[in-house]
Amino acid sequence: MNQEKKQDLQEKAREVRIETLKSIGHLGVGHVGGAMSIVEVLTYLYYAEMNVNPQEPRMNDRDRLVLSKGHAGPALYSILAMKGFFPKEWLLTLNQGGTNLPSHCDRNRTPGIDMTTGSLGQGLSAAVGIALATRLNKTDNRVFAIIGDGESQEGQNWEAAMSAAQFKLGRLIAFTDYNKMQIDGMTEDIMDLAALENKWESFGWHAQRIDGHDFEALAEAVKRAKEETDRPSMIVLDTIKGKGCSFAENKLGSHNMPVSADDLKEALAALGEGEN
Amino acid sequence: MKKLDTYADMRAVYADTLIEIAKDDDKVVVMDADLMAANGTKGFKDAYPDRMINAGVAEANMVGVAAGLASQGFIPFASTFGCFAARRAYDQFFLSANYAKQNVKLVGSDPGVTAQFNGGTHMPFCDITLMRVIPNLVVLDPCDTVSLHKLTKAIYEYKGPVYMRLHRKGATTIYKDDQEFEIGKGVVIKDGTDVTLIANGLVMVTEAIKAEKALAAEGISAAVIDMHTIKPLDEALVAEYAKKTGAIVTCENGQKIGGLGGAVSEYLSENMPTLMKRVAVDDVFGEVGTQDYLQERFGLTSEKIVEAAKSLVKK
Repeated sequence: MNQEKKQDLQEKAREVRIETLKSIGHLGVGHVGGAMSIVEVLTYLYYAEMNVNPQEPRMNDRDRLVLSKGHAGPALYSILAMKGFFPKEWLLTLNQGGTNLPSHCDRNRTPGIDMTTGSLGQGLSAAVGIALATRLNKTDNRVFAIIGDGESQEGQNWEAAMSAAQFKLGRLIAFTDYNKMQIDGMTEDIMDLAALENKWESFGWHAQRIDGHDFEALAEAVKRAKEETDRPSMIVLDTIKGKGCSFAENKLGSHNMPVSADDLKEALAALGEGEN
Repeated sequence: MKKLDTYADMRAVYADTLIEIAKDDDKVVVMDADLMAANGTKGFKDAYPDRMINAGVAEANMVGVAAGLASQGFIPFASTFGCFAARRAYDQFFLSANYAKQNVKLVGSDPGVTAQFNGGTHMPFCDITLMRVIPNLVVLDPCDTVSLHKLTKAIYEYKGPVYMRLHRKGATTIYKDDQEFEIGKGVVIKDGTDVTLIANGLVMVTEAIKAEKALAAEGISAAVIDMHTIKPLDEALVAEYAKKTGAIVTCENGQKIGGLGGAVSEYLSENMPTLMKRVAVDDVFGEVGTQDYLQERFGLTSEKIVEAAKSLVKK
């Protein structure tokens, strides 16, 4: 990845954080931590990897993304708005009655959302189904999925893991947002996931572990994952919960938190809102 | 398909119907959770190996995968025992399929006492009740080879999630081949004037037909309705026969709470209070035994239907 591309992606990520915090801040409460930790992977996918078309959100040969940790929807909504799937003004309707942007992803409400998620542990199964559909349709798109680390405690993920390996779903590339925190504390104290990449490897997946905030590492890992043709890929992302948000970064309690006007002002200033 | 009245097992009717549908539609896929042989879907695998997906002993994932397939325009028919379909995969069916509005057909086999020697752990008495509270879901319990064949085709045509019970082993043919079936429209098997027996599923429609004959011998004219669709309930037909006979007995192979009898009484009590009895499992768990033993044990017999009908007619 050249420096220009990298800087471009970093700038986009900054914009995603600003839009997401404005969106959550407008309501005054929301899932800040887990949205901030996946900004880089979402930015990489939508600005450097995925074949999608804002004018035709259900385009047949598009790449699909299942955001299984559906509570991080606000980060994805910011990117979809920035790309033109819907007007940016929608972002300020987050979680208001009648909105098209509910707290958790809903494919029937939001253009560009491929699967409805929210009850943790279900998204990877849907991604397996979408990857099977891709094979049956003989199309060459890819299916991406993002699951959380706390979410990985749900047994259904491991049912899905076995099935994806059994069905040899080489076009499925999943990420785990390993930010080490969950609602009640550190994952290692609640239900330890330890060397997560080894678990996936032993389930028959190609597994990598990288710095989830590093665009060059993301590019390299996705490139490597795409070389796999007959087994699914897991890229475990070492991330920081609340990354880039002054009042939430690396803080327990950032899962779903109140955001005051002062918090928002401070965080936006730290992100250089209004600067180029 | 063979002639419908020649089938020995309902599961073979189900599988052959899917094979027939899949011939003209390559979007039809069939899933099972390590029960292909038990549910008859192995027949489909032999016909369309690429479109048979065995999820292993992992029902939650099966239903989630089905939702993913449906999101891409496929029409998955996923089967497993009713206990697992309704309980093990409930949240997946509720959210990934129904809340997400995905065209998943979930089929629960071995309804109620037909689970026999698999016993209480495997005896789905609660599936209809659980499924009824999912908004907009279509819930079915066909009673014979003809209705199973035609309703399987009907749910294929219908765009949206469906839960259907599948009587697995053994078969009966009540209807003629040209009988029409529509989702949400009950069928009057026998007309009558004194009391109406509203039944569904193979076990209890069979018992209701027996009860009608016994009642006739005692000079009581009973209508028999096959309410193969529990949801949406054919309220017009319920109202018509409540008015006509003034007494209703519901007959179902499952819990009394929230099942067919629950649906009928919810409608009648708000709209036209009518004398009613519910012949159903009365708030207990299943257990092992032969089907005959279990029907006696849980009161799912023509004798109980007759008793219930007479108690209403007397009034």
